[in-house]
Amino acid sequence: MTVPGISARHHTLSVLVENKAGVLARVAGLFSRRGYNIYSLAVAPTDDERFSRITIVVDVESAPLEQITKQLFKLVNVVKISELDPADSVERELLLCTVRAEAAVRSQVIELVNIFEGRILNVGHEELTVSLDGTPQKIDDFEALLRPYGIVELQRTGRVALPRLERQAPRLRSLKGKAG
Amino acid sequence: MKLTGAQALIKSLEMEGVEVMFGLPGGAILPVYDPIIDSPIRHILVRHEQGAGHMAEGYAHVTGRPGVAMVTSGPAATNVVTPLCDAYMDSIPLVCITGQVPLSAIGSDAFQECDTTGITMSVTKHNWLVTDAQDIPQIIREAFHVATTGRPGPVLVDVPKDVSNSMMDWYWPDSVDMPGYKPTTKGHPKMIREAARLIGESHRPVIYAGGGILKARAAEALRELVELTGIPVVTTLMARGAFPDSHELCLGMPGMHGNYTAVTAMQRADLLIALGSRFDDRVTGKVDAFAPDARIIHADIDPAELGKVRKPDVPIVGDCRLVIEELVRAVQALGGREAQPDRTAWIAQIRDWQRRYPLTYEQSQDGGPLKPQFVLETLRDNTPADTIVAAGVGQHQMWTSQYWRFDHPYTWVNSGGLGTMGFAVPAAIGAKVGKPDRMVWAVDGDGCFQMTAQELVTARSERIPIKVAILNNAYLGMVRQWQEMFYEERYSEVYLSPDLPDYVKWAEAMGCVGFRVETPEDVLPTIEKANEIDDVPVVIDFRTDSGEKVYPMVPAGASNDDIVVDPTQGEGGH
Ligand SMILES: Cc1ncc(C[n+]2csc(CCOP(=O)(O)OP(=O)(O)O)c2C)c(N)n1
Ligand SMILES: [Mg+2]
Repeated sequence: MTVPGISARHHTLSVLVENKAGVLARVAGLFSRRGYNIYSLAVAPTDDERFSRITIVVDVESAPLEQITKQLFKLVNVVKISELDPADSVERELLLCTVRAEAAVRSQVIELVNIFEGRILNVGHEELTVSLDGTPQKIDDFEALLRPYGIVELQRTGRVALPRLERQAPRLRSLKGKAG
Repeated sequence: MKLTGAQALIKSLEMEGVEVMFGLPGGAILPVYDPIIDSPIRHILVRHEQGAGHMAEGYAHVTGRPGVAMVTSGPAATNVVTPLCDAYMDSIPLVCITGQVPLSAIGSDAFQECDTTGITMSVTKHNWLVTDAQDIPQIIREAFHVATTGRPGPVLVDVPKDVSNSMMDWYWPDSVDMPGYKPTTKGHPKMIREAARLIGESHRPVIYAGGGILKARAAEALRELVELTGIPVVTTLMARGAFPDSHELCLGMPGMHGNYTAVTAMQRADLLIALGSRFDDRVTGKVDAFAPDARIIHADIDPAELGKVRKPDVPIVGDCRLVIEELVRAVQALGGREAQPDRTAWIAQIRDWQRRYPLTYEQSQDGGPLKPQFVLETLRDNTPADTIVAAGVGQHQMWTSQYWRFDHPYTWVNSGGLGTMGFAVPAAIGAKVGKPDRMVWAVDGDGCFQMTAQELVTARSERIPIKVAILNNAYLGMVRQWQEMFYEERYSEVYLSPDLPDYVKWAEAMGCVGFRVETPEDVLPTIEKANEIDDVPVVIDFRTDSGEKVYPMVPAGASNDDIVVDPTQGEGGH
């Protein structure tokens, strides 16, 4: 099964680390030293102040995922690593974009934002700043559709993810299988 | 009890059972040097911090206990980076304490500030920057725990000067709480049974024993496994001594300069039992062509080694000693020795290789230059069997590994993974400190010797009577060999001169006894003289043949099938 929006080269690792000075440097240092590529990375504290969660999307063309996780796990501050299969996890990413929107096309841009259920954060004479959160695929699509209007500045957060709580009921899953 | 951070640090080292440490003081570590005066811990004052690190390594190599080095901030911290990396590559338990500028000055480019934890992050198993004196006992406890458990390795604790000067309430933690650090030691029973089954099916097995055997104190267990199964063993550069060379099933060292039989037996094997070894490129040669028909059982305490280079058929994560002991039981459960297949043809094939391609060299003709191999054979045959030998890096190292007969574990101290020139002299000093009753010889190259020889001053002043055999070929010999073989004899920047420096005078200036040997006849009498000296270090300058090359050799990047044997043995052959 191919999951939309997720290139086969990219795998998401959710890494629970001790909230200690230098942890991010250790993780990043490991990747650069061993020649592993990071596609995106997001760090934030968890509800337990002793730990932070690093969500790393790795490019497995640079090294087998198993080797990457084993090396990561050797870091003393790394407590737990889960590989998040896109099919079994919820993933979100946030995009902020300032896009050109002169009077003639402004309504088109606004319509696009509305279709995607994004928000308009700031309005200028010839530009709009918009935000969108959603799955990485949705963000990709939105970005592609905005691009022809002229992107002035664009910032994506990189993805964060958590495992899905309950697997879908068999009936639903088969429906999804049919649709996909 | 109120203590300063510095006092707490020294007391914590005492609590960890530290008997000796190697170091050199300076500004940022000054507070910690004061309580050393009142501590039972012996401090050995080195002449360069790299020496402190290698001494601590040599000590750890031969005793199995963690080596401890202590140095100041900035340039001293950068001076220990090489030994830290060396210990990291060779999995040597090392605890390094560095001084740091006061917390408030960190990040300000203060005098002798450097980002020690940042610089050493990739060459330590873990490191700590202490920010509160109250944490010192806990951190030291954790540091020793990390250095010595799982896959051993170096750790570093960076202590800012104001932290060591501030007061704390003394305590000693009775446990460590490290949620992210829990090494697996016991192999998976199912995998061990599967390994025993594969062994019982194999007709051409080889045990590929690595340094992990020594780290796990598994030499006895290995011997039991070998004797139960009758499977021949290769011992890597890091595992020399883990299985006795005199045993009929010992094939010696594999790899780039391994002997023909060890290399070829691995190539032809149908099963490799890798125990505490890591498929290093110097062992495998071209990976795609390495042991093409072999199934792989790979046991290692570091899960990341399994499948890093070669995918194992049976991966076993665990401590080598525990795994081998379980494996012995599993083989016995399948019928033991009697149930092993008939491997007479395999053993006969091995004997044939051994007969056709022994290690060999051409003895010098009358008046001809001294052969390094002859020096080593004479030294080997005229020193006690449990002599500890340390080597530098280069041709002399390979010849020592090839020509020595290692019959006891922990008698070989060398820099395998990093290949650090200058390792021998300080490592030998550390080894002698750890095993004062044993004879310790450093076999060094003339190039290597010049990198760390000043530590002989340390040896003399601290009464550590090591002996050094310099195989003085007047060249950076190993590099010369590559230029001769692969760069059409275009020798670029490898000549050192045999007389500059004058090694005998240099030895004498450092308070050692110096000898020079230029002819084969002088080799034995001089070694005997050196062996009789037991109060000061001795250095012998052996003037050896510059043109001698190390054989066999698998050229870099080539398949192990393309091993080049000594020219007198012809093409090598299959
Ligand atoms: C610190 C360091 N620098 C450079 C090298 C590269 N190197 C490997 S062997 C060698 C020559 C060593 O010369 P010597 O000590 O005389 O030993 P020989 O090979 O002549 O026995 C060199 C330069 C190294 N291994 N380590
Ligand atoms: Mg030399």
